[in-house]
Amino acid sequence: MQKQILSGNEAVARGAWEAGVRVAAAYPGTPSTEILENLGALAASPPAALSEGDNLYATWANNEAIATEIAFGAAVGGSRSLTAMKHVGMNVAADPIFSGAYAGINAGMVIISCDDPGCYSSQNEQDNRLYAAHAKLIMLEPSDSQECLDFVKAAFELSEQFDLPVLLRMTTRVCHSKSVVTLGERKARAVKTYNGDWTKYVVLPVNARRRHIIVEENLAKLREASYSSTLNRAENNPDTKIGVITSGMSYQHAKEAFGDTVSYLKLGITYPICTKLIADFSEKFEEIYVVEEGEPYILPSVQLSATVPVVINEPFIQGELDAERIRAAFGVAIVESGVRKAEITTSAPGRPPVLCAGCPHRGFFYALSNRNGKYVGVGDIGCYTLGVNAPFNGMDICICMGSGFSIPIGLSKALEAQGDTRKVFGMLGDSTFFHSGFNSLVDAVHQKANVCLVVLDNSITAMTGHQENSGTEKNLMGYEVPKVSIEQMILSTGLPKERLLIVNPIDQKQMGAAIDTAISNESGVTVIITKYPCALLKDVIKARGTTHCEVDPEKCVGCKSCMKVACPSLAFDASKKKAYVADTANCTGCGLCAQMCKVGAIKEVK
Amino acid sequence: MAKTTNLLFTGVGGQGTILTTKLLSNALVDAGYDVKMSEIHGMAQRGGTVNTQLKYGDKVYAPNIGEGEADYVIAFEKAEALRALPYLKDGGVVLTDEREIYSMPVLLGQAEYPHGWLKETEYNVKVIPAYEIAEKLGSARDSNIVMLGAVSKLLGIAVTLPPKFNAKAFDAGREAV
Ligand SMILES: Cc1ncc(C[n+]2csc(CCOP(=O)(O)OP(=O)(O)O)c2C)c(N)n1
Repeated sequence: MQKQILSGNEAVARGAWEAGVRVAAAYPGTPSTEILENLGALAASPPAALSEGDNLYATWANNEAIATEIAFGAAVGGSRSLTAMKHVGMNVAADPIFSGAYAGINAGMVIISCDDPGCYSSQNEQDNRLYAAHAKLIMLEPSDSQECLDFVKAAFELSEQFDLPVLLRMTTRVCHSKSVVTLGERKARAVKTYNGDWTKYVVLPVNARRRHIIVEENLAKLREASYSSTLNRAENNPDTKIGVITSGMSYQHAKEAFGDTVSYLKLGITYPICTKLIADFSEKFEEIYVVEEGEPYILPSVQLSATVPVVINEPFIQGELDAERIRAAFGVAIVESGVRKAEITTSAPGRPPVLCAGCPHRGFFYALSNRNGKYVGVGDIGCYTLGVNAPFNGMDICICMGSGFSIPIGLSKALEAQGDTRKVFGMLGDSTFFHSGFNSLVDAVHQKANVCLVVLDNSITAMTGHQENSGTEKNLMGYEVPKVSIEQMILSTGLPKERLLIVNPIDQKQMGAAIDTAISNESGVTVIITKYPCALLKDVIKARGTTHCEVDPEKCVGCKSCMKVACPSLAFDASKKKAYVADTANCTGCGLCAQMCKVGAIKEVK
Repeated sequence: MAKTTNLLFTGVGGQGTILTTKLLSNALVDAGYDVKMSEIHGMAQRGGTVNTQLKYGDKVYAPNIGEGEADYVIAFEKAEALRALPYLKDGGVVLTDEREIYSMPVLLGQAEYPHGWLKETEYNVKVIPAYEIAEKLGSARDSNIVMLGAVSKLLGIAVTLPPKFNAKAFDAGREAV
């Protein structure tokens, strides 16, 4: 059998493929994105009819609720299906998830939540294990890539056996760590016949009440069956007095911290939790430790069912867990000798992420920041969130996707109430527009809100690594699809044509004029679409070739005007008192800096 | 406790640290080791610090490396080597490209670049001009392959470079340490 080193996400995709998944849908979000990207690569291309063989349909959806509903439709229809999302995506998808669980499935359905302890690339650290009990989902937690592959296969089986969607709960460290995996083969499965049983799938109160009883019965059955499931594993080490109960990546950290000095109960099925398993395990030891990253989720079950004392530690609610935190919490001495922290007095300057050279968002933020005192900025989630940083300081508020167009409605009312006449600018990207921004825009138009809404259209979902969206010509599987027009969507709301301004954000004349018009419009909505592709798009890089900017040192007077656009390719030589392009490989020659130069020292060269 | 060799790779987004770590991981799997590698990328595609972590041995549990646990810090940029020093084990080795890439606070004049830190330190630091070597060989983008060559020499691990990569850059890296 073939061995490969795969990331958790790659292994999940592979496992789902081997399990015969037929439909997969997701909205991207770190750290979950590569699951669908890998399934997209395994999908039939060009689009083969699903009736023609054992093919897979894999697609991006505009948001997590839609992706979940696509997967649910497929599962009810009789095809094994999957959806994957970052943890906050589950908030968006919660509605179909909760009621879908009551309805149950037909063919297996797996929902993957990728949580982000430590907020490596997220707005919060929510622990989605808490969703499982709330939404009535079976939950599995893999701890390495082999388990990712094995557990996703088991998840499909459990889903069908207990007529419930299964939540496969991962964390950044599981998703983005690679380890050695033994691959299997794809098992072709017959599609289950669609039965259209409305007494099950239409959640009228009369059906929902009945289904709720059945769901609880099925979960109770699984709680019992879990006792002998190989997904849970006890590792009894000789002469140990302490039993550690853990799950997912926390297990690996615990092994790192305690080694063979304790015994382990590693739970693979973490909802429902089998209490009898915990009772039987615990009685062999003097004390039980619960090691879990995030909320104390397993702990209450252990406290209820353990037959020996459970040691309570300060829970690891904030930040990522590691062996050292476990050692500290449970008073374990560091075993290795000679380990010490390096000491050095000089410190490295910060290296915060920045808008790339040639990024179209820079043109917008520069123009906006030039109108200081006349606007209040509300941002959203995407590369443009970086516009919050100096020197632009382009937004005061940013919480979740879509809110960039709805917070301004409320904020403008509050500012009006205190006689603050600054214009509220909401801003979000093309992918976020399709995700949920459009709904908010419809409300803004309908309510005649006094705001300016800016769609920063760079023709791609950039932040998460260039996924296609409804505004692109190709889809995840690589074939051509209808491109949906943001402009026509906006005009369909009845917004007057003259209130929609479409500009090139790099061109400061156009960009500045549009912002000024929006500020001077005294009531109602103004919409600006900035249209300019992401500088990192393959086609854009190819078309650009070696084009870049150069500063003529003869002409440069060292006034630093060009430095105001904060481009990472542009530097200032303090000794020579001249600006220069330090990184010609990444400078795109967009020319934003050249527009700042009063002496014409910056030129585009090929 | 299982003994592992721990490497921390660090660089600036876009430098190819992740690719280098991947190629090395494959070589280590081929050599029969248990291998775990973590590649957690933060917010932006480019411009921020990128760390990848690689552990190998008979059996690896946690894929991440804590402070004071790295046998090697492999840096693709000089200030990033400095930033990663707390991860270095006592007696560990630092391999760094000589290259300096100025971050936004430096470009904006809000912070100073630590040009001279290498001179201050008693750590075992090996400096190679990987970027310069790659540039001379015709493609500055291959500096990560130069680094890979150097690391394979340091670890004594044979790497079979897939044909699409620049073998000359790899060999030059091996010679540079
Ligand atoms: C509910 C939710 N789903 C997914 C994400 C992950 N995410 C962050 S930014 C982003 C894409 C933004 O794309 P776009 O709006 O086009 O802006 P760009 O990055 O291209 O500038 C995504 C999917 C998230 N933060 N929240």
